Amino acid sequence: MSQNTMNLKVKVWRQKNANAQGAFVTYDVAGISDEMSFLEMMDILNERLITEGGDPVAFDHDCREGICGMCSMYINGKPHGPWQANTTCQLHMRAFKDGETIVIEPWRANSFPIVKDLTVDRSAFDRIIQAGGYISLNTGNAVDGNSIPIEKQNADDAFAAAMCIGCGACVAACKNSSAMLFLSAKVSHLALLPQGAPERKSRVLNMVAQMDKEGFGSCTNTGACEATCPKEISIANIARLNSEYLGASLSAQ
Amino acid sequence: MTFKQMFTSSVGKKLVMAFTGIFLVLFLVVHAGLNACIWAMDGGVMFNKAAHFMGSFIVPRILEIGLFLGIFLHIIQGYMLTLENRSKRKVGYEVNYSKGSKWYSRSMAILGTILLMFFVIHWKHFWVPSRITGVEEMDLGNGFIVHNLYGVMQDTFQNVWVVIFYVIACISLGYHLAHGFQSAFKTIGVHNKRYHAMINTIGFGFAIIIPLAFALMPISFYLHWVN
Ligand code: HEM
Ligand code: SF4
Ligand code: FES
Repeated sequence: MSQNTMNLKVKVWRQKNANAQGAFVTYDVAGISDEMSFLEMMDILNERLITEGGDPVAFDHDCREGICGMCSMYINGKPHGPWQANTTCQLHMRAFKDGETIVIEPWRANSFPIVKDLTVDRSAFDRIIQAGGYISLNTGNAVDGNSIPIEKQNADDAFAAAMCIGCGACVAACKNSSAMLFLSAKVSHLALLPQGAPERKSRVLNMVAQMDKEGFGSCTNTGACEATCPKEISIANIARLNSEYLGASLSAQ
Repeated sequence: MTFKQMFTSSVGKKLVMAFTGIFLVLFLVVHAGLNACIWAMDGGVMFNKAAHFMGSFIVPRILEIGLFLGIFLHIIQGYMLTLENRSKRKVGYEVNYSKGSKWYSRSMAILGTILLMFFVIHWKHFWVPSRITGVEEMDLGNGFIVHNLYGVMQDTFQNVWVVIFYVIACISLGYHLAHGFQSAFKTIGVHNKRYHAMINTIGFGFAIIIPLAFALMPISFYLHWVN
């Protein structure tokens, strides 16, 4: 298969720091192969900016293989760009047409303040995890992997929830800037497993309290999160979180 | 953790919306059922009797107080939730994400506002005359005298603009329920995926049938399908 090259315009949000006034700047990027990844296209733009003595566009990235959740870019009106179940780093330039203008924005939510350009501070998610997204157990010799029986359905659902990479696309897509899909994935993943049972009630109560403290909005079940999530976390997890929360509120001491 | 915290947290606020919403849904069933008596083709006797029962016995009157409280809570909480959620994103997007969700799911407060305007006018049409300013009476024989609310409906729905407004309100109700019905069950925690599919189906059916039944009432009077 022969590769095609294309010439594009990218309209990027530039902002020097958290307090600076930001604005869109449009750049021409020429000679982009349709086999490149989106971030390689950004690298080419940045190399050019550096050669010209300019300031490269700051963006988060790490694994570039769809597992770390760092590559937060809101591309042409959708977190992680036009493809379904996909992260920005796994997006390829063949998703775009020659001559197209690509609009790239940072995640927008008060709880994700901009650090620079497209980089936002997502430490709110870390603090939500610290509030209860863990299990406590005694270390020692490793136990045999299958010594605790787990129902197949629960194991599958827990695994599907554990797929969440904490990227924040759900917040970025939600009209309420709600972090419920993320939180519900974390709560479900542990609530479904016996290892999560001892802290089950305090976990959900503390994590919801922390989420509210961080200033995320209330979920209204619009489904925008599920549709944009690169790991296809199901909105059914949100309903599970609601039931965990209601149960824990009524019964926790 | 206190009981109060439960209702002030982001999840708890939604519980208030869901419980009051489901209560309103149940009210709609009763209201639509009673009003369907207009199609008994008996000049409104059956309908007036039903309305008389609702207005004169203690249980429906107590439920009515609950209904007013429920609507009040639902509206106040609905607006507060909407404003609060909107404030969570101070700087908006250049290109808005609209593919992942339905327009009516994103427009619950606007649909609700149309419903609120409808309630005010609807109360003025029927509740105020029936409870405060008085309605012409109808003698059903044996000294059984009832308010002729059927007659009030006949008069009210001669005005085409009133009929159009009622139909618009019913369409808004349909869309409000198309999102609200299934959302409420998710909010109260139903998370079995098979039930989700079932609730979605029932919710859509409900969102079509109930508003359609209501919309047919003013239309029936206007077009003299009943008299
Ligand atoms: C007959 C009248 C009404 C019925 C049956 C009804 C029903 C519902 C239901 C079932 C929900 C879903 C609750 C949830 O998601 O957990 C809801 C949500 C909502 N309603 Fe109503 N409602 C009515 C009137 C109104 C009015 C008058 C307003 C005025 C503002 C309103 C505003 C809202 C708002 C803002 C939501 C939140 C959307 C969401 O959280 O998903 N509703 N309603
Ligand atoms: S739920 Fe999906 S969109 Fe949200 S943080 Fe996790 S992986 Fe990202
Ligand atoms: S860079 Fe790790 S998921 Fe995209």
